[in-house]
Amino acid sequence: MIEFKLPALGSDMDAGTLLEWKVGVGDTVKKGQVVAIVDTSKAAVEIESWQEGTVHQLIAEPGQKMPVGTVMATLLEAGAAAPARVGAGATAAAPAAAPPPPAAAPGAAGAPATRRMISPAARKHAEEKGMDLDRVTGTGPHGAVTLDDVERAAAAQPAAAPEPARPSDRSADMRKTIAAAMSRSKREIPHYYVAEDIPLAQALAWLQAANGARPMAERLLPAALLLKAVATALQRYPELNGYWRDGEFRAEQAIHLGVAISLRQGGLIAPALLDAGNKTLTQLMQELTDLVKRTRAGSLRSSEMSQATVTVTNLGDQGAQTVFGVITPPQVALVGFGRVAERPWAENGGLKVLPVVTASLAADHRVSDGHRGALFLRELNNLLQRPEDLET
Amino acid sequence: MNTSEIRAVALTTLLSIAPEVEADALRGDRPLRSQVDLDSMDWLNFLLGLHEKLQVEIPEADYARLVTLDDVVAYLQRKLAAR
Repeated sequence: MIEFKLPALGSDMDAGTLLEWKVGVGDTVKKGQVVAIVDTSKAAVEIESWQEGTVHQLIAEPGQKMPVGTVMATLLEAGAAAPARVGAGATAAAPAAAPPPPAAAPGAAGAPATRRMISPAARKHAEEKGMDLDRVTGTGPHGAVTLDDVERAAAAQPAAAPEPARPSDRSADMRKTIAAAMSRSKREIPHYYVAEDIPLAQALAWLQAANGARPMAERLLPAALLLKAVATALQRYPELNGYWRDGEFRAEQAIHLGVAISLRQGGLIAPALLDAGNKTLTQLMQELTDLVKRTRAGSLRSSEMSQATVTVTNLGDQGAQTVFGVITPPQVALVGFGRVAERPWAENGGLKVLPVVTASLAADHRVSDGHRGALFLRELNNLLQRPEDLET
Repeated sequence: MNTSEIRAVALTTLLSIAPEVEADALRGDRPLRSQVDLDSMDWLNFLLGLHEKLQVEIPEADYARLVTLDDVVAYLQRKLAAR
């Protein structure tokens, strides 16, 4: 029996709400197949299964909010017999502990489950106010609800009943989520920062020539070239690509670049360009275009939300010259790019004007030091002086 | 197509990328990207959308000339007239 649990879609997620099942009982599930859509504070995310089997039971109900690790469904492995089904709401921490429904309608604390006494005036007034008398505490004889009780409760209740989540609520939730993750980062990760100005004359000239031969839909943005350069440089600096977990660093073989994408309604999501180290520049551009589009449309997959091994943020379009990044735990590094702008550039005793970008690195001192960080940026610089080598 | 029709196509394309934009509040003579907060990906998609709707080729070398909405409309009008 395979337990399909709600995954953590990033370190800043501790709960999610099931929106929809994409499979039914008896369906065969393949590895990587989307089986559910879950709403997090940041986006509605398509949850993939990383195991194969046949759906035995859908435990979570659409609309149910649950903590990370909750068993949402069970799958049967090929040839396995179906055991008895468990109750709804089983969690990883307490497998059979489905939250029991309320024993009775809420009323006065400790009140016996008998018919409540309510004065006619109190009942009439409650009806006029549209109040639920079960929520009014009675202070009259034997707990009877009086007119005074209703008036007191009416004065205390909010002006309007709570509404379903609105965009502003999501925005506030996202801000809280980002704040929690960044507070944890600043509290736990001893950041260090290094930066380097990188001339981009050759890179931009190469891009312009390359784009001249491409149809509009296939043109490359400088952002794609920068991402390719980061992925390539990281192959030589594995201590910047991986996770700090359980008191130690684990380097990751694959390079999954988390790309910070701002949302038009405010907030930020950093889904991953998976296996960026093995993608051509054209593939990276296509996947970046698709990722930005899906992020803003709210259509991301769980693998993209949970697997970034390092983050890249590019604030050049906003005009910032330098980015001082905050690392996304459990990652150990963040690469930032500022605005590409013409600047005076001294070289070989002469002065010229070149397009330049400032690349910065925020990294975790528990894993690397400024010396290695500076070498990484130097490697990035060298790669961007040979853009043709980054094409494949 | 006249200027008004081209402007309408440009605004429709823009709104498909930045739906929060209030078209009436846009100044045609001010830099579009700073009024609408378009990043380079948005800008590429905007130009691509115009290309697909109007069948106009926009070489990358011309991007620098397209700063305001008025610039974009005038550029497209010239391109369409030259066909």
